Amino acid sequence: MNNWPLLSLLVFTPWVGALIVFVLRRQLPTSLRHTLPLLFSLSTLVLGALTLARFDPSVTAMQLTEKHRWIAALNVHYHLGLDGLSLILVLLTGIISPLVLFGTPRNIRCPAIHGSLFLLLQGSALGVFLALDFFPWFVFWELSLVPAFFLIKFWGGPGAPRAAYQFVIYTIGGSAFLLLGFAALYAATGTFDFIELAALARSGVLATKLAAVGGFWPQAVFLGVLLGFAVKVPLFPFHAWLPPAYAEAPTGTSMFLTGVMSKMGVYGFLRILWPLFPAPLHAAAGPLLWLALGGVVLGAYAAMRQTDLKRMVAYSSVNHLSYCLLALFAVASSGPANPAATTAALSGTLLQLFNHGLSAAALFFCVGIMENRSGGKRGLADFGGVRTSAPIFAGFCGVALFSSLGLPGLNGFVGEFLIFRGVFGLTPSFAAIATLGLLVTALFLLTFWQRVFHGPAAGAGIKFRDLDTREVITLLPLLMLMFALGLVPQLLTGLFNPLVTAWATTLP
Amino acid sequence: MNLPVQFLWLIPALPLLAAAVSALIPRHSPRLAADLAIAAMVGAFLLSCFALAGALAQPALHQVYNFSWFDLGPGSLRLGLLLDPLTGFMCVMVSFVSLLIFIFSTGYMKEDANAKQFFCYLSLFAAAMLGLLVANSLLLLFVCWELVGLASYLLIGFWFHKPAAAAAAKKAFITTRIGDLGFLIGLLWLQDAQGTLLFFDHGAGFLEPAALASLTQLLPCGLAASTAIGLLIFCGAVGKSGQFPLHVWLPDAMEGPTPVSALIHAATMVAAGVFLIARVYPLMSADQALTGLPLHALTVVAYIGAITALLGAMIAVAQNDIKRILAFSTVSQLGYMMLALGVGSWVAAIFHLLTHAFFKALLFLGAGSVIHAAHHEQDIRQLGGLSKKMRVTFITFTIGTMALVGVPLFFSGFWSKEAILHAAHGWQVSHLPFYAAVLGVVLTAFYNTRLMAETFFGKPRSHQAEDAHENGPAMTLPLVALAFFAIVLGFLGTPAFPWLQSKLVGEAEVHGESLFAGAGLMGLSIVLVALGIGFGWAWYGRHTRASAEATDPLASAAPRTFAALANRLGFDELYAATVGRLHQGVASFAAFLETYVWDGAIVFLARFSEYTGVVSRENDEQGLNAGFDVTSRKLRATGDAYSKAQSGETHGYLRTLAYGFVLLLILVILGGAL
Repeated sequence: MNNWPLLSLLVFTPWVGALIVFVLRRQLPTSLRHTLPLLFSLSTLVLGALTLARFDPSVTAMQLTEKHRWIAALNVHYHLGLDGLSLILVLLTGIISPLVLFGTPRNIRCPAIHGSLFLLLQGSALGVFLALDFFPWFVFWELSLVPAFFLIKFWGGPGAPRAAYQFVIYTIGGSAFLLLGFAALYAATGTFDFIELAALARSGVLATKLAAVGGFWPQAVFLGVLLGFAVKVPLFPFHAWLPPAYAEAPTGTSMFLTGVMSKMGVYGFLRILWPLFPAPLHAAAGPLLWLALGGVVLGAYAAMRQTDLKRMVAYSSVNHLSYCLLALFAVASSGPANPAATTAALSGTLLQLFNHGLSAAALFFCVGIMENRSGGKRGLADFGGVRTSAPIFAGFCGVALFSSLGLPGLNGFVGEFLIFRGVFGLTPSFAAIATLGLLVTALFLLTFWQRVFHGPAAGAGIKFRDLDTREVITLLPLLMLMFALGLVPQLLTGLFNPLVTAWATTLP
Repeated sequence: MNLPVQFLWLIPALPLLAAAVSALIPRHSPRLAADLAIAAMVGAFLLSCFALAGALAQPALHQVYNFSWFDLGPGSLRLGLLLDPLTGFMCVMVSFVSLLIFIFSTGYMKEDANAKQFFCYLSLFAAAMLGLLVANSLLLLFVCWELVGLASYLLIGFWFHKPAAAAAAKKAFITTRIGDLGFLIGLLWLQDAQGTLLFFDHGAGFLEPAALASLTQLLPCGLAASTAIGLLIFCGAVGKSGQFPLHVWLPDAMEGPTPVSALIHAATMVAAGVFLIARVYPLMSADQALTGLPLHALTVVAYIGAITALLGAMIAVAQNDIKRILAFSTVSQLGYMMLALGVGSWVAAIFHLLTHAFFKALLFLGAGSVIHAAHHEQDIRQLGGLSKKMRVTFITFTIGTMALVGVPLFFSGFWSKEAILHAAHGWQVSHLPFYAAVLGVVLTAFYNTRLMAETFFGKPRSHQAEDAHENGPAMTLPLVALAFFAIVLGFLGTPAFPWLQSKLVGEAEVHGESLFAGAGLMGLSIVLVALGIGFGWAWYGRHTRASAEATDPLASAAPRTFAALANRLGFDELYAATVGRLHQGVASFAAFLETYVWDGAIVFLARFSEYTGVVSRENDEQGLNAGFDVTSRKLRATGDAYSKAQSGETHGYLRTLAYGFVLLLILVILGGAL
């Protein structure tokens, strides 16, 4: 069993599942149309656990690598591998994806097609987290858009077609620049391999070769790659596609978009942009810090003004992911001056990736429940006093809200504390201003909680049905992880601490 | 029997366990939840007593037990437990007062449908509060600090179907969080400067001499680093302890059930700010030895404390809600404690904290007893004549009032307040805080006399008051116990035998002076108290209020002043007009950017793709099959609909995006050149 290509299995089992479910969609009995995709989706959790068992946290290089020649003429390889960063994102995907499928209502249209599209999406995301050669990586990156587009367009709300269109056009627009950037890199170096490119960057060869192209090209290549990731995360102000896409997508897709797909952008920053372009990133970090700060503060303020609960949670995602970018840019701008702060900032970023996945997915699911019960309503003023008739739902949603606003004891706090601790050590004034984001987040999330759950029962909050078993089982794992990671962050930091320590001491 | 420091975590763990279990049991078993909570609290109290015994055996020693929380870099992030007399005394006080209030609650909340949840939240609060006390790390303290804030939020909003309660809960959480941001920044600064947040770590903690010496270096702005960090941490205390200018949440917090007001918003949580400053006192006072600084951290603390002490007492004079009077009185008394800290006598602050916890819990529970008997009537104008109907409540409430007012010699509040006045009088920097404190003493005596006279004397002025009768033993016995301690606790710290003070500063021997050391000051304060009570009695006691509608004598004498004070000097309105409006403004600005500026980028891309679509349409029609055509027609229709909605503004959007891109390019190129 030790010789099994675990990572390939991780990526392709969902895809094989998608194919099987799609082909057999008419033959399958109704119940299997739901459970078969779920079973394939669970494969990531099982294989992720096997990977975890074989993973050695003290090794900071890529592990379980698989490398085969793919297109010899272009020097393209099928190259997979994982380190602590990839591992936690694979585990996150493994946790979120089955819950999404399990939490999907039974009365959904065309469950088999929905399931196979979702499996396609899941496999693509895993491919992005595991591929180490630009060519396959980019295939996974772009392929993830296709199922996401159809999931939003055909299973989403009334504004879904337009939102899906915006989402795809905007992110493809970003990816086009990314592709151009890598085409230029390939022209200069002759390789697509991330590891080789990073080594070239570390030795300074990459910069020399790009400079040899002359003109503004070195900057343009960097900027193209930056733009591709900036749209994906999204970096403020390239986030305009996000609120409509998250708001109009069906509940499960919103959970996956925010829980997993939003991590692809930050992953790109950490795995590709930072190692390949350390010097340009260092030079650009000043303005970028301001943009990240804008995402933290203005993202939170924009959320405060939303009356649509899904859009509110979407803007809170902009705010939460901007903390990750703030930390990364602070590290990039400061260099190796303060290793303790650098370690804290990067550890916080990785924790925040995982924690945001849990809490935002749970929040989207909660809003989905409200939409489901009220016939599509999700306005701040549409509900009132839900806690009276649905105390369990109120409790569950409350835990998710407090996790999202960074209450100590729950998962969100540790990551945000470490990010602030790191950013304060590197760029104190940015950390000080960013604390405003914490305040405003508390303000709008508590407004959410107060308007929906408190006060006398009103609107769609009257006789609100409490959680059923399916909903409890969907939320419970997320909630348990929120408590577990809040109290014992070692569960995660143990996986990536040596890696982050190595990053901090040998900054690219 | 002693409790070794490494087992100190058991003290908060017991109520935490009770909270966890009662969160999971069914809703209709409030008895079980109450029994669990009380049993856990008895356990925590006994353990606290053992811990205190251990601490008193070696009062000068800070026993610590540090452990790793998680790996971080080459080392790990460490937290710790700490046992010294300060922790010991506080734990005993918190667990004992909590226990009495839990018992009182079994009577007070008997009819509430959610009583189970109530005991769950109370236990959660007790766990967080006790955790805060045993922490040997500013980070662990901060974690517990936020958790007591959560418990306070949940309990203020306990009657969540009342919009006022839900709003008050949010206001409390947000206002204290404003202070906590300062605290957080101070904490980050300290971590960055010292590399540790442990208080004591065998010489490496930040409250130990080596760290303190390095923190006294001067910053570019002329302040010492310890001053800046100390003041930032003090922001947290200002929020939590209801100090001016963040005091506005505490009176609103009275929307919670009365036992909550007694436990959290009078006896324990609001005193956490005082405890925090006392705990980091070496840091706060590190700049005292430096001369020529523009500002010392403790000076700010003293002035804020004095302002709060006076302000709270003034506003309390014109309130009519029995709980709000007590709330402003709490604000004022916390101000006295801060004043004591600021003028350098942290032991006097802790002494007053301990005595205040008992007599203020007593007063709040007494008020709860009145409210419960009078069918939730809280307006003192509607009460009256309760002295005969509720003997136990009346007598114990009187004892609590005398302790709060500082009636000489036999009541605890007298001795602890005397210690504060003494310290303020001896402060070298300025005498202004002392005068504010002295004036506050008169006002305190005055408004409490008013409260007593209106509530207990004269004739009942409403049906509810007519109807009132004494409550059962679950509610009266805690009153009696608290009344007992409201008297005797003072004798732990008299000038003749300052046992408490000696133990806190770590002296094995107790060196007393004469009981009447500083008799001049004592005489002055006795005169002031007599003056306050005399005025109060002359205005409210001699001729008690005739009816609920009659004008307040003070309101007819000075209508404008009274109205301003009754309106709490307009702080809420001021904040709504400034901070509130600023926030709304920024939010509107952010929403404006979202709608009109950032969306422009999308429109640009949509236009761009439509353009390319038109160019390649010819190819599409020839080369691709009908099925794809349907899809692309749909896509195009979407795009058309979309572009119609936005038509006319495209040029603006395009320009914005183009400018943005060029600007970004220039920035990066310039950055690269530098």
